[in-house]
Amino acid sequence: MSLLALSDVTKVFGGLIAINDLSFTVEAGSIVGLIGPNGAGKTTVFNCITGNYTPERGQILFDGTSIRGLRPHRVVELGIARTFQSIRLFGKLPVLENVLAGRHCRMRAGLLSCMLHTPAMRREEEAAVARCMEELDFVGLADRCHEAAGGLSYGNQRLLEVARALAADPRLLILDEPAGGMNDQETAALVEIIRAIRARGVTVLLIEHDMRLVMQICEKLVVLEHGTLIAEGEPETVRANPAVIEAYLGADDEKW
Amino acid sequence: MTRTVFSVALGALICVLPLFCNAYWTDVCVMIGLYALLSLSLNVILGQAGIFHMGHAAFFAVGAYTTAICNTLWQWPIFLTMPLAGATAALFALVVARPIIHLRGDYLLIVTIGIVEIVRIALLNDVFGLTGGSNGIFGIARPRFFDFRIVKSIHFYYLVWGMVGISLVLFYGLWRSRFGRALNCIKADDVAAEGCGINVSRYKLAAFVLGAFWAGMVGTLYAAKMTTIAPESFNFMESVIIFAVVILSGGSQLGVLISAFLFIGLPELLREFSDARMLVFGLAMMLMMIWRPQGLLPPGPRRYPVVDRILGKLHSSGQNASGGLAGLAGAEVETPVNAQTAARTGEDRP
Repeated sequence: MSLLALSDVTKVFGGLIAINDLSFTVEAGSIVGLIGPNGAGKTTVFNCITGNYTPERGQILFDGTSIRGLRPHRVVELGIARTFQSIRLFGKLPVLENVLAGRHCRMRAGLLSCMLHTPAMRREEEAAVARCMEELDFVGLADRCHEAAGGLSYGNQRLLEVARALAADPRLLILDEPAGGMNDQETAALVEIIRAIRARGVTVLLIEHDMRLVMQICEKLVVLEHGTLIAEGEPETVRANPAVIEAYLGADDEKW
Repeated sequence: MTRTVFSVALGALICVLPLFCNAYWTDVCVMIGLYALLSLSLNVILGQAGIFHMGHAAFFAVGAYTTAICNTLWQWPIFLTMPLAGATAALFALVVARPIIHLRGDYLLIVTIGIVEIVRIALLNDVFGLTGGSNGIFGIARPRFFDFRIVKSIHFYYLVWGMVGISLVLFYGLWRSRFGRALNCIKADDVAAEGCGINVSRYKLAAFVLGAFWAGMVGTLYAAKMTTIAPESFNFMESVIIFAVVILSGGSQLGVLISAFLFIGLPELLREFSDARMLVFGLAMMLMMIWRPQGLLPPGPRRYPVVDRILGKLHSSGQNASGGLAGLAGAEVETPVNAQTAARTGEDRP
C-alpha cells in the first residue's frame, strides 16, 4: 500500500478550481517531486495534505487512514511534517528552540509537570534537546543553536526548517521549494541532505523549480497544470512527455 | 548576571520592607503585590502567548465573589474557598473563551472588553440574588492560618508576597518548559506553530484558563483583605491597568514586578502632585512607547545546560560539528569558540 494516496481531490476557492480531481500516490521510501508552472496548484496540494485546507471533494489517505480535514497539528502527530515555501521560522527565538518546537508533538509533559519541573519532565526535556541537537548537527547548524533564527542566512534558514520538521519524527517529509533562494553550492548540499533523509527511512515529497535538483533526486514526478494532473511517472518518461514540454517547459527546454 | 543580582536584591528588599513602613505604606505594598499577581497571571496570556486579553478583571471578580459568597453565606474558611475561587474563574474562562479563542489581535481584545463589562453589569444587577447588587458583599471574614488570624496589613503583606514568590517559581518553570516555548511560538507565528505540530487553540485556551485560575485565587486574597467587595472594584479600568502593567513590563517576570510597582506604587509616591501625577504618568507612557516599545525588560534567553555538553561531544568526536552538510554548502560557519561565548552570555531571568 502507498504511504500517501490522493484520490479525486478537488479544492475550490470561490469560483476558481485550484485542484481538479487530482489523484496520485507516494510510495514509502521514495522521493517524489511535484512540479508544474507557477499557479498550477502545487502548494495548494501541500496545504490540503497538511490540513491547512480541507478539500471539497476527494480522499487523502496516509498509511491507510484518512487525513482529510484533520487539523495541521494532528497531521504532524500522525507523521507528516512540512516546510513552508515562504520561510516560517520563529525568527526571534533561538535556532534550538525552533527545532524544539518541531519536537513538541512528541513530548508529553503536562501543565503541572511543566510548572513543577518534575524529574520525568526534566528527563524528557533533556532527551528532546539532545535529539534536536542531533537534527541540527544533521543539517550542519549545531554550533549556531543559540543564535536567533532570523539572523541565519537564507539557505541556512531553509535547512533549519528541515531540521524542525525532522524533529517531529515524520514518516513523510513535505518540502515546499527547499532550494528556493539557495546558491549552487547550497543546493548541492541540499541534495545530499535529502538523500540522507531518505536513507533514514523518511519518504520525501517536494515541490521544486530547480529542474536539475528534481531530475537528480526524484524517482517519480507528478506534473500539475491548472490544478490538473498532466503527467506522472519516472523523470525520464515525464521529461519526454509532449504534454509536459508543451505546458511547462515550452521554449526553455535547454534547462533539461 | 546583573538580572540575577538585581532579583536577589529585590527579593531581600521585599522581605524586609514592611519593617520600615507604616501601616499605610504596607497597605500600598499589599496592593502592589495583588496587582503583581494579577499581572503575572496575565503575563502568561498576554506576554507569553500574545493573546490580547483586556478583560482580566472579570476573572478576578469571579474569584473574589466566589470567596465572598461562600464565606458570607456558608461560613467557609477563606483559604478553603481559594481553590474553589480559582476553579470557578477557570471554568468561567473556559466557557467564555472557547468560542472566541480563534479570534486574532484587536478582535479578541474587543470581545474581552465585552466580557469584563458583562461581568460588572451582571454583578450590579444582583445576578442569581447572590452578589448584592451595587452594594456588593460585606462582612467577609479574615483568613485564618490554623490558629493565626491574618488581620494586620503586615500579615497580608507576607501572605500576598509569599503568593507572589510561589507564582514566580511556578510561572518561571512554565516559561522554561515545552509549554512556555509553545506559547512563544504561537505568539510569533500561529500558522507555523500549528504546522510544527502544536495544538494552537488548545494551548491558547490552556493559557487563558491558567491565567484565569490565578486571577480567581488573587480574587480570594483581595476579598479577604478588603472584607468588602463591590462591582466597581472590577471595572474596565482595572483590566486596562493590569494590561498596561504587562505591556510595560516587556514580558519578563522581573519586568512585571517593576512595572507593577511603577503603576501602583508611583502614583502613591506622587500623591503630593495630585493633579499633575496622571499627566506625568501619561507622558512617561508615551515616552516609553517611543523609546522602548519592547517594554522594560523582555525575557532573556532560556538556558539549556545540556547543550554545551552535547556541543563538546560533537567537537571531540573528531569532526567539525558544523562541517557536515552545511560545510559542503559553504555556509558561513561560526567558529565553535564564538558559539560557546554566545551560549554563556545568555542570561538567566528570575
